[in-house]
Amino acid sequence: MREMHGYAGTILRINLSTRAVSREPLTEDLAADYMGGRGFGVHFVYREVLAGTDPLGPGNKLVVAAGPFSGVFLPSGAKTSISAKSPATGLYGDSNIGGHLAGELKYAGYDAIVIEGKAPQLSYLFIEDDRVEVRPCENLRGMGAIKAEKVLKDELGDEFQIATIGPAGENMVVFASVNHDIGRQAGRCGMGAVMGSKNLKAIAVRGTGGVPVADMGALRKVADEMFSALAANPALKVWQDQGLAQVTTWSNSIGALPTRNFRQNFYENAEALSGERMRSDIHVRDKACFACPMATGKYCRARHRGETVFVEGPEYETTALIGSNCALQSIEEVAFANYMCDELGLDTISGGSAVAFTMECFERGVITEEDTGGIEARFGSLDAFVEIVKLIAARQGIGEPLSRGVRAAAEAWGGGSQDFAIQVKGLEWSGYESRGAPSMMLAYMTCDIGAHHNRAWSITHDIAVGRNVIQGKAAKVIELQHVRPLFDCLGVCRLQWVELGLPLEYYARLYPAVTGRKDSWDDLLLKSERIWNLVRAFAVRERPDFGRADDQPPRRFYTEPVPDGPLAGSRITREDLDTLLDEYYDLRGWDRGGRPTAATLERLGLGDVASELRAMGRIS
Amino acid sequence: MKLDLDRCTGCKLCQLVCSVVNFGENNPKKAGIRVISRLFTDARYDVVVCDQCAVCIDACPVGAISMEDGVVRIDPDTCTNCGVCVETCPNGALFSHPDVDYPIKCIACGECARLCPRGVLDALAEVGKVAS
Repeated sequence: MREMHGYAGTILRINLSTRAVSREPLTEDLAADYMGGRGFGVHFVYREVLAGTDPLGPGNKLVVAAGPFSGVFLPSGAKTSISAKSPATGLYGDSNIGGHLAGELKYAGYDAIVIEGKAPQLSYLFIEDDRVEVRPCENLRGMGAIKAEKVLKDELGDEFQIATIGPAGENMVVFASVNHDIGRQAGRCGMGAVMGSKNLKAIAVRGTGGVPVADMGALRKVADEMFSALAANPALKVWQDQGLAQVTTWSNSIGALPTRNFRQNFYENAEALSGERMRSDIHVRDKACFACPMATGKYCRARHRGETVFVEGPEYETTALIGSNCALQSIEEVAFANYMCDELGLDTISGGSAVAFTMECFERGVITEEDTGGIEARFGSLDAFVEIVKLIAARQGIGEPLSRGVRAAAEAWGGGSQDFAIQVKGLEWSGYESRGAPSMMLAYMTCDIGAHHNRAWSITHDIAVGRNVIQGKAAKVIELQHVRPLFDCLGVCRLQWVELGLPLEYYARLYPAVTGRKDSWDDLLLKSERIWNLVRAFAVRERPDFGRADDQPPRRFYTEPVPDGPLAGSRITREDLDTLLDEYYDLRGWDRGGRPTAATLERLGLGDVASELRAMGRIS
Repeated sequence: MKLDLDRCTGCKLCQLVCSVVNFGENNPKKAGIRVISRLFTDARYDVVVCDQCAVCIDACPVGAISMEDGVVRIDPDTCTNCGVCVETCPNGALFSHPDVDYPIKCIACGECARLCPRGVLDALAEVGKVAS
């Protein structure tokens, strides 16, 4: 078999129902058109998970994919994408994870694993080079995600890279996470629930092979320049010291820090949750993903009611959603809550949001102590937080509706709570309150997996061109929605670019050096646009009514002005949101109902998708 | 030889660059250095690498190992890959790989020390200076 530069060259396919293991050659077309990581996930999920498939049934498929940069000599080729139809949204979903898994998968000989069916008993997937086995693991049932990783490491050895789920995943909580390397999570979209639905507790991988590249000399030259540029950057030190925890203070200062279930965007007690306090009060060790000089992972210690725990984090998103959004009092409290979520196997973003939503419902009388089983679910209570997430993971009491996300819980509880169930498309909103940041608001509304920030973190654009400016914001959002997910396709972290300003030109030079392909950066952006549209096509194929109504933020954001803080009084109107969406759809070549036109799909090389959707009467 | 292990973040860039420089491959298992996670037990990382103590030289039954300019080297042509040195090494710093027919060890090229973002391996760079 010919070497495919930048790739292991093989897709591993496992049917858990039959235990059938097959190996498919990675085709030139798939590598060229979809690159890897998220691109592979979108490809397989669109092509193989047909409309109407139960996200928690055996027909769903879980795709675990590395990219061409993963495991290669360059800064932080560490990203694995995990994709499936999401049980949170009923649409395509993915989440990515750092750590050491992506490279290990390629060293073992695989660019991606496609996991189908459902194991007859709780099992884990064992992969060591050519040896692939589905092993029963009843002994791990109900075990915490981090503890299960330790048990498997003790059994298999430290060189195995392991991804696990906790009890929340086993119980199919729709925001269950996939955990790896103690404290790294693919948290979003319920990929842990999809694993649980397949009776798959863990994936363990070790490989001894290498990743071939097209031009090792060119690669070494670019990589050396990148490592040198990072080492010389004076900002590196603060990233090494505080990691993403440093963002909290900044976010609060600009009126973006979610506070008390997004009612506010300024937390009066934010100093107690700052990166400095993390470093001085609870920090134990800096912890890096593969080949990363930034080492933003912060291994910390937290004590609560006589229990001492270790946790990687809290980083910014966790601090925002668990800390200020639930009004916790100290970074140590946030760290303890972070640990609870990690061990139970819950996304800290959706988990934090679910608890904050519960607290607001309780304080407004939508639910009472009778509903909560005696928990006094008030903002600021870590004890309440801990009890509520335990109920969610076990799907007991109030935990049952909450386990299906805040949208479902609001439907169950009513009382006007739909207005402050902070989500889009069924996915809880991540860490930037955006009433004073129209492009960021649009980014959340149009993010392809639901309300997540990472596709287009455009809040700095709002700050640069005007917090109240509406017109002209869509173009930046679209630009970022193509650039940022490209990193998830290539299997490399984007922080070195976003936060330390490493020019994109380096990544453009890496692509031909690694893969031998001639594509320019613009060519890669076009591929990313194709992938973006294919995700939208999945939604349009899935639901006849999918469209503009699915791109709306919660009512709170266009009916309640910001009550206090630096942006007090600031608001965004329904008309503003319509203006943002019209501009966005027009620039994308979608109709005003939010559906891609056939012409747009054809321009992107998705003619067969256009034909399929047209035949269904979904697009014109 | 004193490595500054308190500063290690477990990124394994040292393993990766070792394979790139010495084998022309992206393959951290084909490297003369290992980062081991002790997070679960001790909240820290360990780095295992040869300190050129030379114990393996006497242990080798075929005389394939020698000291050159302060660096212990294995002659691949003489080595029979019997594994005695791997077993004997007091630091566990000789590594077997299924695709390489002799044990892999640090030859003090200094590349990992140059790239380590935390200066953990500066002591290795000193060995390199002695060697060159």
